[in-house]
Amino acid sequence: MRFKKNIATSDTGFIFNPGSGDSFSSNNIGSEILSFFKEDKSQQEIIELICAKYDVEKNLLEKDLDDFFSQLRDYNLLEE
Amino acid sequence: MVTSHNIKNKRTLVIAVTGLNAIDSPGPGVAVIRCLRECADFDVRIIGLSYEALEPGIYMHELVDKTYQIPYPSAGYESLLQRLSQIHHTEKIDLVIPNFDAELFSFIKLRNELEKLGIHSFLPELEQFEARHKTILSKFGKKHQIMVPEDRIINHVTDLTKAVAELDYPLVVKGKFYDATIVHTLEAAQKAFYQLQAKWGLPVIAQKFINGTEINIAALGDGKGNTISVIPMRKLYITDKGKAWAGITIEDPSFIELAKKFVKITKWRGGCELEIMQTAEGVSYIMEVNPRFPAWIYLTAAAGQNQPATLVKMALGEHVEPFLTYEVGKMFIRYSWDLITDVTEFQKISGGGEL
Repeated sequence: MRFKKNIATSDTGFIFNPGSGDSFSSNNIGSEILSFFKEDKSQQEIIELICAKYDVEKNLLEKDLDDFFSQLRDYNLLEE
Repeated sequence: MVTSHNIKNKRTLVIAVTGLNAIDSPGPGVAVIRCLRECADFDVRIIGLSYEALEPGIYMHELVDKTYQIPYPSAGYESLLQRLSQIHHTEKIDLVIPNFDAELFSFIKLRNELEKLGIHSFLPELEQFEARHKTILSKFGKKHQIMVPEDRIINHVTDLTKAVAELDYPLVVKGKFYDATIVHTLEAAQKAFYQLQAKWGLPVIAQKFINGTEINIAALGDGKGNTISVIPMRKLYITDKGKAWAGITIEDPSFIELAKKFVKITKWRGGCELEIMQTAEGVSYIMEVNPRFPAWIYLTAAAGQNQPATLVKMALGEHVEPFLTYEVGKMFIRYSWDLITDVTEFQKISGGGEL
């Protein structure tokens, strides 16, 4: 799972799909997750990195991360 | 990339432009003029051609050097020729760019006459112009395997009952030249029919409603089947009149190919706009083809393909190569502006027919 190759993202969490003209903004934690994702970190690696940095329950984070990637998929931004 | 081998010394071209009605449903004239003024290969003296005294472009003196009123298309093309000859006598016009659907027929008919006077143009043939007309677009689509929503031609209000039964609601009721209303009842369809008939005449078109994302494509053809420029734009903000108030250039090869297919089939000469509806399943329907530049044409210049300036070069016999790239993610956001003028200016154009 990764971003489609033409998807543009910025450090501030802004995502632009040049194929559709759609754009999205994510919050601070979303931006951080996106930056790990762009570095080709796996979902498991991202969970470990976030858990190491923030006081968050792993189960809750896994669920939130699933939701987050599900949104990216729904917005047609990912290729499997 | 455009090459301009013949324009070595920058010269001033006198270009007449219509469509100065930069209103809530704007004509393309002002945007076309902005494109022309930005071209580095020539200077321009812009002659505005107006129909009504309150067209805002008339008073934009930084864009339009001089404006003359011209007769409405309903007055016939001989009246138009007479007026253009008169204006040409004073202004020595090199080129005319008409921007209204309703006037194009007259300008196409007069093309040879205008050429004899020394006024160039770059317009589609009458046959090309008619082939994409709203009333036969569906037939055109079937013939060339291009998706066009099913429609019915309505010449009498009673025809609507059958159209509704066959196409179902919601239904789009469209005027011959402009305007469209989405209706959900027969009463609303009848009301829209009478309004559109009064404004634009018959026939009125009833078109099957297609739900999706609105994409517009500005294209420029050389008249030999080659597409010189294509810019697809996604509408980001749509007014209650269905006009794009903001838009963004997008990258989707399927739209480029669709525009190229249209230009190739029709051997389109000049600018045109394809109005596309893309469904959630990714099917692209051509809703309409406008036979002139759209009001958002300045975005083509901003994205690196100045279509009006390129049309000028082709009209003057320059060789141009097709553009190969454009900037994706270039946006336009339209805005309103209260232009202040004086009644003396208004009096000159409304009383004397020129300003």
